[in-house]
Amino acid sequence: MKFIALNENPCKPCNIIKVKDTIIMVDCALDLLSSLCFLPLRIVSTNNSSHYSNWTTKDNQELETELKECGSRVFVDSSPEFSTPEYSTINFEHIDVILISNYNCLLALPFITERTNFQGVVYCTEPTLLIGRQFMEEMITNIERCPKTKEAFRWKQNYKQIPFPVNVETLKPHLWKQIYSLKELNNSLSKVKIVAFSEKIDVFGNLQVTPLSSGYCIGSCNWVINTNNDKIVYLSATSTLTTHPKPMDHGPLRNASILILTNLTQTPTSNPDNMLGALCENVSVTLKNGGNVLIPCYSSGIIYDLFECFINYLESNGHSSVPLFFISPVADQSLAYSNILAEWLTQNKQSKVYLPEEPFPHAAMVRLGRLKHYPGIHVEAFSNDYKTPCIVFTGHPSLRFGDVVHFIELWGQSPNNLIVFTEPDFPYLEALTPFQPLMMKVAYCPIDTSLNFSQANKLLRDLKPSRLIIPHQYVSPPMMQKHRTDLVIDYAECETHVYKRNETIKIPLKRNFEKISISSELANSLVPSEIRPGLSIATITGLLVAKDNKYELKPLKKNEIQEAIGSKPGLSLPPLSYTWGTLDLQVLMQKLINIGIYDTTIEQTSNGCIVHLRSEEAFVTIDDVSTHIVCDASSNLRTMLKDIVVECLKKF
Amino acid sequence: MAQIKVTPLGAGQDVGRSCVLLTLNNKNVMFDCGMHMGYNDERRFPDFSYITKEGPLSDFLDCVIISHFHLDHCGALPYMTEMVGYNGPIYMTHPTKAITPILLEDFRKITVDKKGETNFFTSQMIKDCMKKVIAVNLHETIEVDDELSLKAYYAGHVLGAAMFKVEVNGQSVVYTGDYNMTPDRHLGAAWIDKCRPELLISESTYATTIRDSKRCRERDFLLKVHDCIDNGGKVLIPVFALGRAQELCILLETYWERMNLKVPIYFAVGLTEKATNYYKMFITWTNQKIKKTFVQRNMFEFKHIKPFDRTYLDSPNPMVVFATPGMLHAGLSLQIFKKWAPFEQNMVIMPGYCVQGTIGHKILGGAKRVEFDKQVLEVKMAVEYMSFSAHADAKGIMQLIHSCEPKNVLLVHGEASKMEFLQGKIKQEFGLNCYMPANGETVSIPVTVNIPVDVSLKLLKRTLHNPLTSESDIKKPKILHGTLMMSTKADGSPLFRIIEPQKAMKEVGIKPHQIRFTSTLRLEDRNRIQPLRFAEILFQKLKTKLRDMYNIQLLADGSISVSAVIIKVDVGADEDLKEVYVSWSDQDDALGSYLVDIIQGFQRELTT
Repeated sequence: MKFIALNENPCKPCNIIKVKDTIIMVDCALDLLSSLCFLPLRIVSTNNSSHYSNWTTKDNQELETELKECGSRVFVDSSPEFSTPEYSTINFEHIDVILISNYNCLLALPFITERTNFQGVVYCTEPTLLIGRQFMEEMITNIERCPKTKEAFRWKQNYKQIPFPVNVETLKPHLWKQIYSLKELNNSLSKVKIVAFSEKIDVFGNLQVTPLSSGYCIGSCNWVINTNNDKIVYLSATSTLTTHPKPMDHGPLRNASILILTNLTQTPTSNPDNMLGALCENVSVTLKNGGNVLIPCYSSGIIYDLFECFINYLESNGHSSVPLFFISPVADQSLAYSNILAEWLTQNKQSKVYLPEEPFPHAAMVRLGRLKHYPGIHVEAFSNDYKTPCIVFTGHPSLRFGDVVHFIELWGQSPNNLIVFTEPDFPYLEALTPFQPLMMKVAYCPIDTSLNFSQANKLLRDLKPSRLIIPHQYVSPPMMQKHRTDLVIDYAECETHVYKRNETIKIPLKRNFEKISISSELANSLVPSEIRPGLSIATITGLLVAKDNKYELKPLKKNEIQEAIGSKPGLSLPPLSYTWGTLDLQVLMQKLINIGIYDTTIEQTSNGCIVHLRSEEAFVTIDDVSTHIVCDASSNLRTMLKDIVVECLKKF
Repeated sequence: MAQIKVTPLGAGQDVGRSCVLLTLNNKNVMFDCGMHMGYNDERRFPDFSYITKEGPLSDFLDCVIISHFHLDHCGALPYMTEMVGYNGPIYMTHPTKAITPILLEDFRKITVDKKGETNFFTSQMIKDCMKKVIAVNLHETIEVDDELSLKAYYAGHVLGAAMFKVEVNGQSVVYTGDYNMTPDRHLGAAWIDKCRPELLISESTYATTIRDSKRCRERDFLLKVHDCIDNGGKVLIPVFALGRAQELCILLETYWERMNLKVPIYFAVGLTEKATNYYKMFITWTNQKIKKTFVQRNMFEFKHIKPFDRTYLDSPNPMVVFATPGMLHAGLSLQIFKKWAPFEQNMVIMPGYCVQGTIGHKILGGAKRVEFDKQVLEVKMAVEYMSFSAHADAKGIMQLIHSCEPKNVLLVHGEASKMEFLQGKIKQEFGLNCYMPANGETVSIPVTVNIPVDVSLKLLKRTLHNPLTSESDIKKPKILHGTLMMSTKADGSPLFRIIEPQKAMKEVGIKPHQIRFTSTLRLEDRNRIQPLRFAEILFQKLKTKLRDMYNIQLLADGSISVSAVIIKVDVGADEDLKEVYVSWSDQDDALGSYLVDIIQGFQRELTT
């Protein structure tokens, strides 16, 4: 088995697994962090250009038109670009299957299906496809709303000298690409096949692949790849907390030959529950002072929990008249789809549909007008409904595109207002840099429900894999928390392989046997010999039929024997039985008498004896491991003697 | 020879009361547990005493599977679980689990509250029964126990309808329930993969119909409604809360939209919203088109269909009214019927089955005068019966057989004469055995059992790449030869392996005993040639004869080797004779004998 990671960030996985001549790509995530190096996309861009000064290096004055400086950091004045998996060394023609664990891991798919020669099949669950499509559509719409007249590219040659807000070294700017088109997105997703949790998918008869609920978000899964002999478990974003998705399915993940662990929490030092508490408190204080709250968010996921939590919290804290606005090009879809995916939700949400009620309370909030949603700030309905103080949920959490940019500019200069970061994908100070100086309050309450290190270590102790593959980041504590030696994977009860981007890990999977099925007809014809109690053996000869990498053994038919032997004379089938043990001389003598041979003499030799059949001018040499029949070719004596000798031996 | 046993307790050469028992590798599964709407006595329920005369059924059944929410498929479930006694698992899809208890409760009310029957299940029993239900998702593999697993496939008959595959030790049986192979107004088409079951148990309601008749029936229905309102009449459609009601609503809604009709359509309040909500929740179970557009417009949020108010009863204007219950035996539908029946421009359309004794049943039977509350009512309005159930036609059934490639087919849920026709067709077109047992009749279907074993990978690869012959012709049959070792693993489960015979003997600790032969031939040689020279001549002759079929060599000591067979030449006692010794081991018996024959044949050539 071989394993290669194509992305540096283990939370944006794109990995390749080769097993039994089948090549599988698991996950296809886009690293959005690179977008922080770009100027925010504004609906009205003119008045802001003055806000930034041009930036160049000494040796390349041309960069002046591409780079802007703000808060001693430099930004590219172009449509945002995203860091794609490094697949230059991969021949996509050879990739048989792509497995997608959750909608976050789907975002780079169009780059592969539409821009490489990939011919295989993509599998994901229905919610992953539905919500993934929403994420992609949202990004495309938000970016296309603010078209840039030209694309900056010269800076990439000099990127090492440019003081970007984030370290771009590991993001490799040459891998950055602008977002794909809507057409590419649609073509790409039309190639996806839907699978259900616990569905067993056959891959060329070679492997069986099964998605199992991972509890992280709606439709998110881990993968079990079974060969006849080995089980490979791929653990993607997984949560053991109780939020809205269907809980994680542990059982089938146990006792794997190999377990690959990726996608642990990005905020290992913060507890989601505490963060939620802090968030509510911050919001409450702001509202009391008459300020507005801006929550940059993705259009699906944690926001469902936030809606549910807020509605109760605000009600009980006297803010029941503060409107909640959810603004996204896909807000309507997100709210609607979440309520028809009950089968993918936690038990108590699921059972609501039996009443029948919507599984999420946000459906009722929308009906009551408590939660209002709009495709964007440009729609008239929003201008009509807009009143302050209010809470706005909108994207994109990178603060580089989407309506969030507008709200920061609208509210940024008042210290009464608050922006709260809940999505863990981006460092919030760096995200805010191009908007500085800002007066509004800033709170950082990241909520990442995926496994933290202690949960992951505990899970591994339960799952007991024989071998473990983990990214190098999980071996030592995070850069910023060097003293936190507990923030590592320390499961030591098995062999652990550590991977880095583009390094191949090879693990031999010992396989001495393959599965084959014997037809009942052939099985019935077998003559087993018991060697000792509990152990029998039988000689078996049959026609091997291989179909879809599955093997079957059937009885040989006459014509097949003929075909196999062909016209070659002197060729025969393998023996029907094998003789073993030592020959019983007394039985032999008796049997010779039975066929009328009386004149035998026995001559002892150093390791056995020679039986002379004098009248026949033949003799039989016998020792412990062999019998040699010597006789005249002209008579049928040879076959008679052979039969007798066989009868005097044990056979199977 | 192993067997699969199938016994229909209902739906054997009959439509209604579906209940099919299956025994597969010692596992017992009940498919559906339906009620016969045509009976009021004990024949209403399947005869569970077939399973056991006394006591609970739990010990005799490993699981119960319900294909969809129609009462002829699930109506006897509370009776079976709560009154006869069954505590094992019951599987159905999420929509079926949501809608079944409502239909059961509806029916219970009619039977007990209105008709005053006793010995029927109670509301509490329905609730207790539903607690035993485990909801399944499409295509998910459910492990009932270590050996028995099941998987649901989309059936397209009603919301949540599913076909089920059960599998025990690698052998599977598919039960279709009711299914539809063509997508309709709100549902998609049934789909199954090439799962090659040992047996396919298929419904055969429309075994002899070759065209999709549903569309025609729908058009018929719409025209009749349209004509009636055009003539100023009122149309009453008695329905049950769920199922066909929503189908018909979609039908009328789209027709109204298309024809731009303004005549109001009403639906009795209370039911619509709640019932239709189920459809909204389970949008993922509808067809592609509804799924795609539901964010913009939910098909089940009807624009033209409005809640009914009793004051509309006396309105002189034309209208279409859906009202419950569906058999015209009580409630609002009966009330409206009383008002509208005496006028011939009006119409009542019965979209489903009516139980004996109900007004619905009477008027469908052609009664023109109906008596109730000691009054006689003249029925002058038009009375129409229409079935809208979506079933596969003969073509669809053949299509499904083609899709899943079963080894045997068994027909249920159809009329005997029609089944016979289809049975012939299946035998003729697919060459498959096709069974059609009557209720209570057990069919035993012989099946072959393949035994899974492990084969040494080396041996397998050698067999695949080096056939017995030296030519590596890939089309030639590959013959695998080895030793099957039968033992048990540490946990007591059987361990079967095929390995090379020599390895097997070594592993088992037994010594092979080789048998060799040396055959002596005497060839006349008047020329008294030197034995070495004679061997050379023999070698050349053999080489010509064998061509390139075998590796043949003349060794330094004057002996000849043909593969593993050794030939030696010596001068005999009589100097005019040469003694030729051909020596080989048992494995090369065929070659040894063949060479002896050839050399004997040379005698003639040598002497002449």
